[in-house]
Amino acid sequence: MSEINSENNVKPEGDFKSGSNLEKVLRAGHFAFTGECGPPKGANVHHLVEKFHHLKGNVDAVNITDNQTAVVRMSSLAASHLMIDHGLEPNFQMVCRDRNRLAITSDILGAYALGIRNMLCLSGDHQSFGNHPEAKNVHDIDSMQLINLVTTMRDKEEFLNGEKIDVAPKLFVGAACNPFADPFEYRVYRLANKIAAGADFIQTQCIYNMDKFRTFMKQVVDMGLHEKCYILAGVTPMKSARMASFMGKMVPGMDVPESLINRLKGAEKGKQAEEGIKFALEQIEEFKEMKGVAGVHLMAIEWEQMVPEIAERAGMLPRPVV
Amino acid sequence: MIVADRKSLEEILSMIKDYKNIMVLGCKGCVTVCNVGGEKEVSILASALRIARQKEGREINIDTKVIERQCDNEYVAQLKETVGNYEAVVSMACGVGPQFLSEAYREQKFYPAVNTTFFGGAVTHGIWEERCAGCGTCIIHDFDGLCPVARCAKSLLHGPCGGSSKGKCEISKETICIWDSIVSKKMEQGRLNDLLKVRAVKDWRTARDGGPRRSIREELTQ
Repeated sequence: MSEINSENNVKPEGDFKSGSNLEKVLRAGHFAFTGECGPPKGANVHHLVEKFHHLKGNVDAVNITDNQTAVVRMSSLAASHLMIDHGLEPNFQMVCRDRNRLAITSDILGAYALGIRNMLCLSGDHQSFGNHPEAKNVHDIDSMQLINLVTTMRDKEEFLNGEKIDVAPKLFVGAACNPFADPFEYRVYRLANKIAAGADFIQTQCIYNMDKFRTFMKQVVDMGLHEKCYILAGVTPMKSARMASFMGKMVPGMDVPESLINRLKGAEKGKQAEEGIKFALEQIEEFKEMKGVAGVHLMAIEWEQMVPEIAERAGMLPRPVV
Repeated sequence: MIVADRKSLEEILSMIKDYKNIMVLGCKGCVTVCNVGGEKEVSILASALRIARQKEGREINIDTKVIERQCDNEYVAQLKETVGNYEAVVSMACGVGPQFLSEAYREQKFYPAVNTTFFGGAVTHGIWEERCAGCGTCIIHDFDGLCPVARCAKSLLHGPCGGSSKGKCEISKETICIWDSIVSKKMEQGRLNDLLKVRAVKDWRTARDGGPRRSIREELTQ
């Protein structure tokens, strides 16, 4: 078990924001590869640790989701800490749906004290999607303001109210971006806004419509945003045509082209999952060459056991040690 | 105006199940305009309650009355002579009404017949929509008169979120994404720069979060 001691207060070396592995990999110019892990619907540590095994050594950091789709789970803070104990680097996700600025601030301090060095700032899916739709939502601040809050804590060493922090949290701060939500023309400006708010890196929503993403990235590059922030392209391999069709229809802001659904349908019997992985691998190959893309964020949702194989086949192994 | 929906007959019946002599009291303010607690609705509710109780074999006497505004002590005072003649009073005003009544007549029992829903207006005949959250610090001048606090499901001050699709909110295809409207209008008018800044966090003290609110107009208190 990691010791919770003053070592977690050591300032990052050099001019690193946090000195996290993810930051170092990106700063060194490597093509980053991050994974994702959803905490269990319970306190089942065993189940969580099993997922860690699939991810360890295959990615540079792992997003730990925060009550994703508004379904209640073990806290992302606790799961992130358990992840550190098992030798992986978490990217601690935090949504604005469930916490006001007091809880947000104190969780950030707690995260840093527990050795967490990356954080992803999100608004959070609306609670009506989840398993507690009767809940009151908070949204005291929004994701843009959360980015600003945590980078102000880091850089100015001040709380939101201007008071000085006794040992400020030094976190590498990320934000999400969905190029496929509407209005499309505004998405690049919203990204620019997140970067202006202080985001160090961006992880995009799952990409399936490659044409649209190419157009989006051209806008990003034309505006020079890729030089101010690391952009990781989101990839979720489809397990089946049914999943593709469901995601396209049911998940808000998800753009799944008919051509992909047909491609999966056209696969031999029992080979749809393999076809989904092939598509993901083709995407990753293209992202490696795409101007402005600094890495891939692989969200193998409840399919963590496939991460080693995908990482291997995508030529992502071994992961760089910086 | 304040918009409300009538509670179900079953719920109202259960509130008054122990009484045989009540008053149903309407209001000529907002609830008359949104067709939920005016003259007509008072009369309909009274009839429905009488019929339901008759069916149960437990007849009830119901008198009806509609006053100018239940949120105004001057009009509430008009009930002074009659309010004591009943076992209970069912108010068809918004949530403000029963409280003014309860404060004015400590010995009487008051029950709400409506659920007060929001500040809004009718967008078409029979459909009302929310427009204001009453947060106490209006900022809609920055958004061309459209309010993200009341109308974005997440009250985002920087939207739209990733769930905005074809002008609709992720929570329902019936709900417009107000951020889509704000951004579209700014783009049409070539004023997108207005949105490209990080806004300071909102001070919620003027909203309900600061505790029950009071508005004092000195010139009127003297």
